[in-house]
Amino acid sequence: MRIHLTSVFVDDQAEAEHFYTEVLGFVKKHDVPVGEKDRWLTVVSPDEADGTELLLEPAGHPAVRTYRDALVGDGIPLAQFAVDDVTAEYERLRDLGVRFTQEPLEMGPVTTAVFDDTCGNLIQIATEPQ
Amino acid sequence: MLAYAGVVADDVFKALADPTRRTILDELTEKSGQTLFEICSRLSMKHQLGISRQGVSQHLAVLEAAGLVETRREGRYKFHDLNTAPLRQIAERWVVPHASGPQERTP
Repeated sequence: MRIHLTSVFVDDQAEAEHFYTEVLGFVKKHDVPVGEKDRWLTVVSPDEADGTELLLEPAGHPAVRTYRDALVGDGIPLAQFAVDDVTAEYERLRDLGVRFTQEPLEMGPVTTAVFDDTCGNLIQIATEPQ
Repeated sequence: MLAYAGVVADDVFKALADPTRRTILDELTEKSGQTLFEICSRLSMKHQLGISRQGVSQHLAVLEAAGLVETRREGRYKFHDLNTAPLRQIAERWVVPHASGPQERTP
């Protein structure tokens, strides 16, 4: 068994496409119309074109808002992405106007930071432990 | 007023009596304005404290009742700030001011 795809709920798929590709730097993999206005929209890391896909899933279900508001209120991220240098990535994203709820924090072998993806979620970036 | 001050002090002493709550204050001293998630991360990763999120929430509620921690909503997020004012009240209760107090002993 492999982890082929995981998802985050996004308020607006067009805005999510912009943020996840233009700002974060992922690459669009699939973009297929589904129903009237939704899309099967996935992105992958530019370093791993055949790696795990992230599905930017429409947040249409009524339970999503309650679920996400509770997590965001407590600062809990919904996904984690690996970066080589958390501080450098923090500075790059901050200069692009990205809002961080947790600045880079060194905790033993791991450094993490948490930002708002502008689509309703908090995302954690982390350096992988050596 | 005195009775009220006594109630405030009781809450502060109770809040400070617990080592985990003192650690939370230490971490908020290092950086004010933390989410619950960051406080939990610091306790588990930096201090190896195995406390549930609900447990940390309860500790924060005690600190908040004592006035040592204040919460602030900013958009969709909630941040926790340190407030040391209650500690000054305790200090001023026993520490004699220099101007009007007796001379400090010098060796």
